[in-house]
Amino acid sequence: MNWTVILSISKTHLLSRLKQSSIAALGVTFGIGTFIILVSFMTGLNQLLDNLILDRTPHVHIYNEIEPSAQQPVELLEEFSEAFNIIRSVKPKQNQEKIHNALPLLSHLKKDTRVRGVTPQVKAQVFYLAGSIKLNGVVQGVDIMEEARLFNIDDYIVQGEPQDLARNDNAILLGAGIAKKMSLEVGDKLQVATAGGDLFPLKIVGLYQSGLAEIDNVQSYTNLKTAQRILGEGNSYITDIHVKLLDMRKALEMAEEIEDQFNLSAVDINRANAQFETGTTIRNIITYAVSITLLVVAGFGIYNILNMMIYEKMNDIAILKATGFSGRDVKMIFISQAMLIGVVGGVIGLFFGYIVSVLIDHTPFETEALPTISTFPVNFNPLYYVIGIVFAIASTFLAGYLPAQRAKKIDPVEIIRGQ
Amino acid sequence: MSIEANNKVLEARNVNKYFTIPVSFHVLKDISLCIERGEFVSIMGKSGCGKSTLLYVLSTMDTDYTGELYIAGEKMTGKSGEELAAVRNSEIGFIFQFHYLLPEFTVLQNVMLPGLKLGRKSADEVRHDALEKLRLLDIGEQADKLASRISGGQKQRVAIARALINQPDIIMADEPTGNLDSKNSENVFNILRQLSHEQHLSLLVVTHDHDFAEKTDRIIIMEDGRIVG
Ligand SMILES: Nc1ncnc2c1ncn2[C@@H]1O[C@H](COP(=O)(O)OP(=O)(O)OP(=O)(O)O)[C@@H](O)[C@H]1O
Ligand SMILES: [Mg+2]
Repeated sequence: MNWTVILSISKTHLLSRLKQSSIAALGVTFGIGTFIILVSFMTGLNQLLDNLILDRTPHVHIYNEIEPSAQQPVELLEEFSEAFNIIRSVKPKQNQEKIHNALPLLSHLKKDTRVRGVTPQVKAQVFYLAGSIKLNGVVQGVDIMEEARLFNIDDYIVQGEPQDLARNDNAILLGAGIAKKMSLEVGDKLQVATAGGDLFPLKIVGLYQSGLAEIDNVQSYTNLKTAQRILGEGNSYITDIHVKLLDMRKALEMAEEIEDQFNLSAVDINRANAQFETGTTIRNIITYAVSITLLVVAGFGIYNILNMMIYEKMNDIAILKATGFSGRDVKMIFISQAMLIGVVGGVIGLFFGYIVSVLIDHTPFETEALPTISTFPVNFNPLYYVIGIVFAIASTFLAGYLPAQRAKKIDPVEIIRGQ
Repeated sequence: MSIEANNKVLEARNVNKYFTIPVSFHVLKDISLCIERGEFVSIMGKSGCGKSTLLYVLSTMDTDYTGELYIAGEKMTGKSGEELAAVRNSEIGFIFQFHYLLPEFTVLQNVMLPGLKLGRKSADEVRHDALEKLRLLDIGEQADKLASRISGGQKQRVAIARALINQPDIIMADEPTGNLDSKNSENVFNILRQLSHEQHLSLLVVTHDHDFAEKTDRIIIMEDGRIVG
């Protein structure tokens, strides 16, 4: 097959119908451009939201759940093992929130090869006091430098630095919502009261804003030791352990191991954030559905234009066949026209999509809820550009195939006779 | 292959053809004919007697017939569409009653296309040959015009140039002068005559023009799908 001739014929056909060809290509441009914009923006948003969660969510969260014993004492007795035991009004037994033997557990976890890091936490229920205002809240004692390293807490410290907290055992990183309610600023003092009534004066060294009001209105951070002191406990008192893994996919297996071995509750990240997966999936489905719809529309446009073209070009087809072009050559002439439209329209579409994505990427987007970003999130993954052009070529090939097949079957004698 | 066989550029043996739509109709009845190398043959007959139909069969475009067809000693009957296209490309030149050029291509491109398709020569050589043929037909100066922008007589000559580009064994023409005035038709005849003399080209021309036919080497007369003389 002589490709130079075939391509030069299809080029001439396309150029002599520049308006129609351009409209067909424009359809593809629109479809591919929209795909690129949608997919870049949607996946950018997905990544942002995922990171928002993944960054600060432990892959495995270990704590001591207060729950009724699964096995009641009566079931342990041999004489009742065959019996049908009914126990009413089962209550959990008074249990400490403290994780038993937390320090050995911490060092055990740190040695695990799957683990990137482990941070201990102490949760303390408190009241914030400043002047005459009294607010309910939670003080979380953390190793702030480790939290910054593993869970990017520094991204959410809107005023002050993590070091300011690490250096000072009488300091607090106050939730932004609380600070606003109590009209407090960095440098001010406030008091924290325990349920028992003890008062602790603390200095505000920074403000913490997660973007989620329920958290920002109650939660503050102090050093581990400070929280332990507020609770009147020693340095082995740990209520929660956060584990970050090297490979997030190991979270489930790790959580199950810990539950079995240590008789603790361990929640893996996927269980904790199942709804986010769903959100991501739905956004992806929307992106592909809209893009495919646009491409199908563009494909029908190409199909129509080629069909019309073939109708107008009956004579040309007859002449080409009479002068020695085979049915396959003629078919290739029309398929290559469709694909030229696809490639040209597709490449322009990629370009157009890229430009608009860049514009979106530079559009200011400031929101209280997302303190870490200042412009709309856009994902410039080259893979989507590859998918886009493959999409364009595949759909124009399909659109061109049927008309081209028809052109292949045209009987030149019938056309020549018909003149 | 004997020398004698080699001299037969075209041979048809007992060709029969039927149309079944709208009614069964025996359009070609047991046609046998033979064209020698360098022969200039014309076919005459009443309108509707089957001349064009015969020409389409002989030119390999129509394969729906019984009997056998040989071109340059090679059997065409039973070949695939792909193979027949190649034969048309390299061995047959076809001139239609209407000019049948590709309107969006230049005159030169129209002449070059079958040559480029054949691919035996480089594009430059094909261009050179095409210009030579156009000059031979006295329309060299029209080479770069669009085919849709020249006169009917000029188009007919471009069609002849295109038929010549691959140096075929035989040129078939269906009423090549049918819609030309007598002067132009005289002109076309002279060109064809000259080609058959100088290049030993075989020509098979369907015509209604008695004067034209009289001047050819041999006249085949058809009547009701049969060769009668
Ligand atoms: N596709 C077809 N289906 C059925 N009958 C056909 C078809 N094409 C042609 N015919 C018939 O076949 C016969 C021969 O037609 P053909 O075109 O070969 O005649 P012709 O000799 O070339 O006539 P003219 O000199 O007018 O061109 C005619 O009677 C015509 O009606
Ligand atoms: Mg006819």
